[in-house]
Amino acid sequence: MERQAIIIDAPPSLRTRRRRPGFPLGLLLPALALIGAEAGVRAGLVPASLLPPPSAIYQALSWLLDNGLPGHVAASTLRVATGFAAGALLALPLGALVALNRRADAILDPTCQALRAIPSLAWVPLLLLWFGIDEAPKIILIAIGAFFPVYMGVVAGIRGVDRGLTEVGLLYRLSPFALARRVLLPAALPSILTGLRNGLSLAWMFMVAAELIAASRGLGYLLTDGRESSRADIMLAAIVLLAVLGKISDSAMQAFERRQLAWRDSYTARETR
Amino acid sequence: MNAFLDINIHEKRHGARTVLRGFHLGLRQGEIVSLVGASGCGKSTLLSIVAGLDNAYRGALRLDGRPLTGPDADVGLVFQAPRLFPWLSVVQNVVFGAGKQPDLARAEALLAEVGLKGYGAALPKQLSGGQAQRAAIARGLYLAPRVLLLDEPFSAVDAFTRMRLQDLLAQAARQRGLTVLLVTHDIDEALYLSDRVILMDSVPGPARAEFAVDAPWPRERRAMAGSLLKPAILDSLHEAHAI
Repeated sequence: MERQAIIIDAPPSLRTRRRRPGFPLGLLLPALALIGAEAGVRAGLVPASLLPPPSAIYQALSWLLDNGLPGHVAASTLRVATGFAAGALLALPLGALVALNRRADAILDPTCQALRAIPSLAWVPLLLLWFGIDEAPKIILIAIGAFFPVYMGVVAGIRGVDRGLTEVGLLYRLSPFALARRVLLPAALPSILTGLRNGLSLAWMFMVAAELIAASRGLGYLLTDGRESSRADIMLAAIVLLAVLGKISDSAMQAFERRQLAWRDSYTARETR
Repeated sequence: MNAFLDINIHEKRHGARTVLRGFHLGLRQGEIVSLVGASGCGKSTLLSIVAGLDNAYRGALRLDGRPLTGPDADVGLVFQAPRLFPWLSVVQNVVFGAGKQPDLARAEALLAEVGLKGYGAALPKQLSGGQAQRAAIARGLYLAPRVLLLDEPFSAVDAFTRMRLQDLLAQAARQRGLTVLLVTHDIDEALYLSDRVILMDSVPGPARAEFAVDAPWPRERRAMAGSLLKPAILDSLHEAHAI
């Protein structure tokens, strides 16, 4: 008789190796740009009135800090958070409905795709007419910006689920609801989270569009104020703040994504030596 | 004979193409039957129908006298690829078909039986191809089905792992008295594991030939590979598919 023993392999270690924090390479380009700008202006290659040196931007930021900057940052951040939450909360169920139900797809998707093609600024006059110049039109504009990437992520994610996995769910007699909850949504999660990340990024862009047109507070307002008073240092300070805030929110979303998708067996670029 | 699993397919079409026509097969309880035939002859389609994943056919299926009309708790299926859910741990994959209170101890025991003791908390990405297929077999056995369908379950693993998995499956099926319908391209595998080998024709119709493998279990792998049935099956395959 042949030997039929099952060889037991050693179980894998479930601990993941922690990477030693090294020099944050992402800071390299901004640092070089700052040094280049400072040197260029000091050497007289660029007029300081058009491109204030980083030291002047820093001074503008310090001055703003004592003159209402926290209020401007808070106003913009609150608008982005509210608009993004509204857009995403609407896009998640609607995207799932369109992806899971053929009739809903036939009824809703053509309209959604047509609305998606409308440039953001085209909404502004109409929103101002309907909702005045208070918070509502700004939040709605940001929600519109966040809605479509999330909607697209949900629809594409669910439609792209491997048929083999859904067959396993059907084999175990899952109800349509259980199939959606236990198979389709987890499998679509990478695409949904990418949609959320893109939606958040667009929410920041739409916030600026909204605040440039009608606002008395916020980073978009600072840009308009800087233009009207010919203060390039204030405009650049606002731009720097937008970049920093956008990066912070994207990093937070990226960390959330990494945590949720720890199960994914995907390609990760390795350091080349 | 009243078959335990009675498969009667009048017609199954994929669009304009007829895949199965007038195909009948009866399996006794505890019998292991292999289906062999060239690619595209309808073997996997037949398995999908019996698993209840494909209801667009004319015909009837009966299990222990009752009609089979869709996915059934008594019928398990192990696919060609493991198809584990990557976001669930190995043990969560094994108990996937269970209700709200899965028997984790039983799942862990099954994992130990298939050689994956201690792997319950691992994620599928941490398993090799052979290990993932063993976890899929454990999932197939977890709900204690009376019929196990196997769709080329060992085709994607290396030769050594394939032999280990074949032994594992044969042991598990014989111990439990499972009725097994195995789709395979490997004649040696069919001869080693089965009580009967059914050769499907390249044109839709009844089974081309049937070979009873009259050898006691446990079997000698080399002796089965040298069985006189092998050239007979290969000759029939040549005739059926003109290969």
